[in-house]
Amino acid sequence: MTSPATDADFLLRLDEIIAAHKGREGPLLPILHDVQAEWGHVPEEAQPVLAEALGMTRAEVHGVVSFYHDFRDHPHGRHVLRLCRAEACQSMGAEALAEEVRTALGIDWHETTPDGRLTLEPVFCLGLCACAPSAQMGDRLLGRANLAKVQKLVAEAGA
Amino acid sequence: MKVWVPLDAAARALGADEVAEALGREFTVTRNGTRGMIWLEPLVEVERDGVRHGYGPVAPEDAASVAEAIRTGGEHPLALGPVEELPWMKAQTRLTFARVGVIDPLSVAEYEAHGGLAGLRRAIGIGPEKIVEEVTESGLRGRGGAGFPTGIKWKTVAGAKAPRKYIVCNADEGDSGSFADRMLMEGDPLVLIEGMAIAGIATGAVQGYVYIRSEYPDAIRLMEAAIGKARQAGILGQSVLGSDHAYGMEVRVGAGAYVCGEETSLLNSLEGKRGVVRAKPPIPALEGFLGRPTVVNNVISLASVPWILTHGGAEYAKLGIGRSKGTIPIQIAGNVKYGGLFEAAFGMSLRQIIEEIGGGTASGRPVKAAQVGGPLGSYIPHWNFDVPFGYEELATKEGLLGHAGITVFDDTADMLKLARFAMEFCAVESCGKCTPCRIGSIRGVETIDRIAQGDETGIPILTDLCNTMKWGSLCALGGFAPFPVMSALTHFPDDFSGRREPRKEAAE
Repeated sequence: MTSPATDADFLLRLDEIIAAHKGREGPLLPILHDVQAEWGHVPEEAQPVLAEALGMTRAEVHGVVSFYHDFRDHPHGRHVLRLCRAEACQSMGAEALAEEVRTALGIDWHETTPDGRLTLEPVFCLGLCACAPSAQMGDRLLGRANLAKVQKLVAEAGA
Repeated sequence: MKVWVPLDAAARALGADEVAEALGREFTVTRNGTRGMIWLEPLVEVERDGVRHGYGPVAPEDAASVAEAIRTGGEHPLALGPVEELPWMKAQTRLTFARVGVIDPLSVAEYEAHGGLAGLRRAIGIGPEKIVEEVTESGLRGRGGAGFPTGIKWKTVAGAKAPRKYIVCNADEGDSGSFADRMLMEGDPLVLIEGMAIAGIATGAVQGYVYIRSEYPDAIRLMEAAIGKARQAGILGQSVLGSDHAYGMEVRVGAGAYVCGEETSLLNSLEGKRGVVRAKPPIPALEGFLGRPTVVNNVISLASVPWILTHGGAEYAKLGIGRSKGTIPIQIAGNVKYGGLFEAAFGMSLRQIIEEIGGGTASGRPVKAAQVGGPLGSYIPHWNFDVPFGYEELATKEGLLGHAGITVFDDTADMLKLARFAMEFCAVESCGKCTPCRIGSIRGVETIDRIAQGDETGIPILTDLCNTMKWGSLCALGGFAPFPVMSALTHFPDDFSGRREPRKEAAE
């Protein structure tokens, strides 16, 4: 991945995102969500720009980015498969399913397949606790998930 | 012919989108919320002579044959008959969830036709003081877990002098086994908007925020769309339903931090800070969002208010037991045959809920324990299931009502592993502000690992550590993580001793 730091388009787009939220009460999280939606992660180069614009220190912005599980400092795969690891899913065999999926994909939690296609992430509850175990990929949700259903979901997502 | 296919995330996870698409080629399909019978999802409904008949669970491959049955009125193995007559539906007292699964969640007209906005209209008529009186009289307590009386909170905010006050809805429903908030926001988002507008009028707040966790993209989308509809309909804006009251609201999205379900860290997060817990006092009712008086209420608390205002607080208080008044949406989850949401007056026993309503385990094996109230709730062993479902009643069994989610486990559950998970989860999600939670949870994982390797000298250390966390932590995360751990250890000591031997259950 090349660094977008000196890219004029990067700064232009970042300014647009900041401008869209700056008037709101507590604008940083909405800005970070948009930044991540735009670049797939929160580029480190964005942090001083955000700090300047919002009257915060760089340390404060970094503190916020690093606090939340959602915000990433590097891009993930083109698709993110999330398997629920919380108690309701555990009661229906989520742990065994996770083991099978990790073996089938050849990656561990937080890892991306070598072709950059898929990242595997744990999630603690999707609110699908009455049809556990559950999984999510993009807009698609899976209830009563098993290895075959997960593999079908992954295959249907294409490249 | 009117046909409904739910858009609820649980129904979608079981193939509702494909079913809706298939049926949409032939019929006009309305996407409703779920009725809460998740084991019947996707539940397709069709109106015949003014009565809604159900088919379920309709897998995508069943869509064609169900379409034919709808068209011809013929028999079908998945036909359920009139939905409202199903025992699960008839046994409920659906007040807060009355419209969920019934209406198109984004239709203001259907919302009104099913009793919506009556509470807000009455609230405008009687004014702030009387609204707070009604809510106080109803006995409504925080449905997010803390159980604080809603009326008292509102009174505090109403009495606070400030240029700007806020209503913040806590929709950071991170507890496993809980999905009532999600189901309500997806199935009847307008009732939450109505409840928040009433709270605004009662307290003098003109702005509201719904803080929804990022793991709920469907709820976020529907809530945002519903706010747009409410603005167009004049429910929100400079003049709420033509009154002198202004009230606006917006959705804010969390970023994957469980601790932000704690009200003070939620407020920090909303302000754009790290979701670190604040010490209390000052209480948020006096110094909340941006240091101003703020009502922080859970989704279900706020969504219960329109019914209370429509029918009166006294009517609501007639239901329930002891100091647990009204109804509670019980979420039956995990290893259970009939999982879903069941709204009933407080007071049913856990046994009734799990065995009669839930039908026992999905695996067909005996129930071992149930975790009530999320990851910080106790594991209640099956021999204590006669406890009535209520705030104080569960506390007598060292239990926690929490979000009223019940996760059922069968006899293969390894309580040591579940105790370890509670500590691991606490370590991952700790905000880091206080030492008992931040360090204690990590030591907890290590100590349980020692016990798992057969070192039983770890057991008294774990007990001592739990005691320190329970009394020394700043908020409920570190303070309550010991509950699942200690309940597992106390009720199932055999799962913690003799770990050098292979476990019997695991051999099956």
